[in-house]
Formats: sequence, structure tokens, C-alpha cells
Amino acid sequence: MAAVDLASIAKSFGATKVLGGVDLDIADGEFLTLVGPSGCGKSTLIRIIAGLESQDSGSVAIGGKRVDHLRAHERRVAMVFQSYALYPHMSVRNNIALPLTMSRLSLWQRLPLLRLLSGQRRQVMRGIEADVGAVAAQLQLEHLLDRKPAQLSGGQRQRVALGRAMVRSPDVFLMDEPLSNLDAKLRVHMRTELAELHKRLGATFIYVTHDQVEAMTMSDRVAMMDAGSILQLGTPSQLYEKPASLKVAQFIGSPAINLLPASVANGGRIELFGRPLALAVAEGQGASVTLGIRAEALSLVPGEPGHAGRPWFSARLRRKENLGSEYILHFDLAGRDAQGVTMRASPAVAASLSEAAEFALGFDEAACHVFNAAGDRLEPKAPGAATASVVPLRA
Amino acid sequence: MAEIALPAAGPVAAPITPAGAIARRLFSLVLIHGILIAGAIFMLLPFVWMLITSIKPPSEIFNAEISLWPKQFYGVENYSFALSKAPLLRFALNGVILCVGILVVQLLVAIPCAYALAKLRFPGRDALFVLVLLGLCIPVQVPAMPLYIALAELGLLNTYFSMMVPFFLSVFAIFLFRQFFRSFPDDIIHAARLDGMSEFEIVWRIVTPSAWPAIAAFSVFSAVAHWNDLYWPLIVISDAKLAPPPLGMMFFADAETGSNYGALTAAATILTAPLVIAFLIARRRFIDGITMTGVK
Repeated sequence: MAAVDLASIAKSFGATKVLGGVDLDIADGEFLTLVGPSGCGKSTLIRIIAGLESQDSGSVAIGGKRVDHLRAHERRVAMVFQSYALYPHMSVRNNIALPLTMSRLSLWQRLPLLRLLSGQRRQVMRGIEADVGAVAAQLQLEHLLDRKPAQLSGGQRQRVALGRAMVRSPDVFLMDEPLSNLDAKLRVHMRTELAELHKRLGATFIYVTHDQVEAMTMSDRVAMMDAGSILQLGTPSQLYEKPASLKVAQFIGSPAINLLPASVANGGRIELFGRPLALAVAEGQGASVTLGIRAEALSLVPGEPGHAGRPWFSARLRRKENLGSEYILHFDLAGRDAQGVTMRASPAVAASLSEAAEFALGFDEAACHVFNAAGDRLEPKAPGAATASVVPLRA
Repeated sequence: MAEIALPAAGPVAAPITPAGAIARRLFSLVLIHGILIAGAIFMLLPFVWMLITSIKPPSEIFNAEISLWPKQFYGVENYSFALSKAPLLRFALNGVILCVGILVVQLLVAIPCAYALAKLRFPGRDALFVLVLLGLCIPVQVPAMPLYIALAELGLLNTYFSMMVPFFLSVFAIFLFRQFFRSFPDDIIHAARLDGMSEFEIVWRIVTPSAWPAIAAFSVFSAVAHWNDLYWPLIVISDAKLAPPPLGMMFFADAETGSNYGALTAAATILTAPLVIAFLIARRRFIDGITMTGVK
């Protein structure tokens, strides 16, 4: 088992800078997910850890030892690829056995004909066969061992690829979007299987995905990447509840966070649509900020909104999306085309709402995320004395 | 909703009746197949004529009237004469040795070259590939003279090696396989590297097995070209025992059989048969290989 330490890894392809000095310490046995939009450098980073690409500068250490000079197979890492990368002409059995035959047999024991001269070969092959059988049993692949990859379904191929990685009992598992080619139902199922596999093996998992749901559901920690650097590193709930920047807030969470333009008034107090909130930040007066409110932090304000004592704004219901267990409501903001907000609602609440009607949406200041013009998170100050008497005004 | 017109709803010149549709379909089928059959006849006729001539007696061969079947079956005499007067099987064996020898070395050289050009990143790769493309433009006649002199100086004339050596390095094979390998998924190569394979093992154990259609296609090209090659053996071979089929045919025609067309065509039939049979066996793969490399 091994920790993985990355120190200022940089990489460019020609003039394109892909990674700009990434530092990342991954603990032994941790499930760390690299998440980010496509082209953010996460796949390149995992390939550098694997030894399939070489970094321009910086160093990779696995288990406390630098591995920059080691070739891919000497690093005791295994990788699962998005396309599974099974050897198409080999049976499932040989696909899984291949890493073992490479490491346990010498070159001449692998050569056709010459290998017949080796007395030990049969014994080694028996050991390999036993190990392959054990892995196949864990992944329920025993009945598929003699098939070719082309005869398998996507989920079965995925399990064979996992088996090929597991059979070497590596210190580190690297997974490059392993679930992207599966259909939605199987993906949900494999999420659980992967998380359980991680628990059972106790190895370090480094998992690359562009799907924030996978990142949130499986990981111990998530590193959100963009444009070749890590924007935020933390537990899934840290990323969700305290996004360090606007980009993280936008990427993590589904439906996407609602962003509303606001401005800073006298004393750092934030005004939304011209109405002051019980929320203050350390920004100069007149600065424009962005207010982020998650879909579940919004709620309908019944009756006369002013009496609720909560901040609110009015919006027109454009569409109701029925997910069965809940509804996602899409609203247009009054007087602002192009800008919409989404809100979660229970079916009991949502079913009676009619589309195109106006509603008052209320929220709590405590659930708001504030970002400055550069997209960085602003921590709210303790509201001043004036906040106690905030009276919401009509938009 | 009524304003939205479906494009198919516009007026049609003439309503399509079932009978009209069948007639039009039939006409195009007849036309296409007519052209194809004409082309096939044009290409097959010499072969057919060779086969027919090889079973005709001399009197019928020189008859002015064209007959597709001999009145008197003379095949046994023609074939036994050809087989007894010329070492035809020896020529065929020489052809097999020549073709197999050339093909094996071509594959051994071209496949690793093509893999390197398609999948490895090294400085000068693109320049090398341009050189390969330039190599495609050089006909075998250009280096014939220096090759002949070198072989003569080394005392290697009149050997199998001298017949094979100019063709060991096939730029066409490198080009063909490079195009084929480019579509091979990088992830599988990465997986093989992680599993501990060396680049040579990746080439022979992972990439080559996937390239069978291309290898079969190239094998047919290569075997046909060298089985039928007269030019280079004529230069380096004077010993009839080493002659490949076309040169053997020439030696055979020179001798007393010069005007015995029945025996000559019988010999030609025997010498072309292995190739035709080999092609018929590899036909599927051959066509797969050409279409696959053509598309990608």
C-alpha cells in the first residue's frame, strides 16, 4: 500500500500548457477523485502518475520513493481505462493473466516454442491460473473466462478490466473515467461496486471523472481541477458546502447552483435586486458580487411574502420537471430574460403549481455563497446591528 | 401547426406504381450487372483461353474457327509433355521459396517500422515518414544497376538471396501497416506497457494479431508481384534450376517446345494455379484489408 505525492507537476504539449505545477498529496488507502471539465488536465495528470507520460518538471513519489525514473510497469500501479483497453484477440482468462505472465515468467519462458524447454513454466502457470481464478471469482467472471472481449457486454468488459488491474495486487489503482461508457443504470450499480472494492482492497484509488456525481458519491476527497491546476481539494461535502470559487460551485451539484448578480452597499452589506440582505462581506462599496444559492435552499413563500421575515424575490414558473421522488422547478426571473433559477420541491408542493404563474421564492442568508468579481469565495462577516431590522422590499 | 409543411408532401412528377418501381429497379440491376459482367469477361477471357488451349490438340489450336471446347480432349498429352520436358514443379517450388522468403522478411521489417511511425513519438518521425512516401515513388529499375554490381562483387549471383534482397524492404508495406496501426487504440498500448510488455512484445503480441486483414492483403500483393516477376530474376539468375515461374516459362519456350502452344499453356496453367488458389483462400481477408485501410 502506498501514498502518492505529487510535487509541482508541470506539463505542456507544444505551446499548450496542460498542467501548471500541481501539488497533491494522496494518503495511503485513500479514494481520491480528480474531477473537472474535459481538457482540464486530469487525464494527463493520471497518465503522469502511471508513467505513460513524462512530466516536464516536478516529481512523483509513490510510497515515499520517487518513481520518476521508473517505467510504467515498475511503479506498482494498475490502470483502468475508459475504453477498457482489453486485448481484443485474447480470451478473458489471458487478458487477466497477462500482467502475471509478464512479471512471473522470464522473456525466454514467454517465447513461442522456446518456452517448452522450461521446466518451471508449468508450475508458474499453475500459480497464475489460481490467481486468475481467485480474481474472477471476486468479480463473478468465472463463466466468462473463455470468451473474447467482443463477446462481452459493456459491464462485463468493465469487470474484466478491473480484474486485470486487481490481479497484480498493485499499491495504487488509477482509473480514467472507467464508468463513462456504461449506461446510466449500470453506472449507478458500478459506483457502489467500486466503492466496496476500494474498502475491501484497502489500496489507494485515484479516480478521474468529469461526472461530479461520481466524484461526490465515491470519494474520500475530491480535487476539482480546471485549466491545469487544482481549484479546491477537500471532502465531497466541503466542496459542496463551501466551494472555494465560482467554478467549483458551478461544477459541483446537480441541478447547477443558482447564481444571482448582487452588489455591495454601504458597510459591506449585500444587496440583491436592490434589497439589502442580512449578509455582509469585506468588500468595498459598489463592488459587484455573485450570490450562489443551491436549488434546495430555495422555497416557496406562501401568502404575503413580506411577513415571512426571510429575503425573497419573485419569479415566474417556466417548467416543472418530474423526477418521481421530487420535482425540479425552473423559474424565469421577472424582468431578466436569459436568467433563470431552479428549485427542488416535493411532489406534494409542486403538483399543485401552475406553469407561467408568479411566485415568491424565499431563501436563508446562511445558505448563500458569495463570490467576488474574480470568482473567489468571500466569507460573510458577522452582520452589523442594522441587520436585525431588515425589511424585504418588493422587487 | 398547419403552416409547417412536410418536405415529402410536395407534388411528385409521376406517382410511383408498384409495377413501375419494379421495372425501374430491374432496369438498373440489369444495367449494373451488364457492365460488371462485361468487365469480368474482358479480364477472365485470357485465362479461359489459356485453359482451353491447354487441353486442345495442336491441329485444333491452329484452326481458324473459334471453338470453346476441343473436339478431341488432348489435355493429358499436353500436361504430361509439359511436366516431363520442363522442371515445372521445380519452378513452382522456386516461386514459393522466393515469395515466402521475401514476404517473411518484409513483414519482419515493415511491421516494427510501421508501428514506430504510427505510435511512437520521436524527433524526426514525420520526416522519416515523408522519406517512406518518397520511397514509394522509386521504381525497382532505378537501383537495379548498383544492386547487380554489388551482388556480382560479392559472388552472390545465381542464388535465392540475390533474387530476394532488393525486395526485403517494402516501403509500400510500411505505408500500408502504418495507416492500419494508426487506428489501433492508444489505450490498449498503454495498458500493455503498464502490464510490463516491451515495445517489441507490444508489436508482435498485441498489435500484429489485430492487423491480420492488412497482413493478408499485403501478402497477396507481395506474392503476386514476386511470383510473376521476370525482370529481376532475368538479371541475376542464369541457372535454370533456380528459375522462378516466369523465367522458367521463358527457358521452356526457348527449347524445342517453342511452338507447342498446347504444352506451353499447360505449363502456364500449372504455374498460375498456386497463386489463384492462394488468392481464393485469402480472398475475404484481402478485401477486408483493402477496405479497412482505404477508409481510415
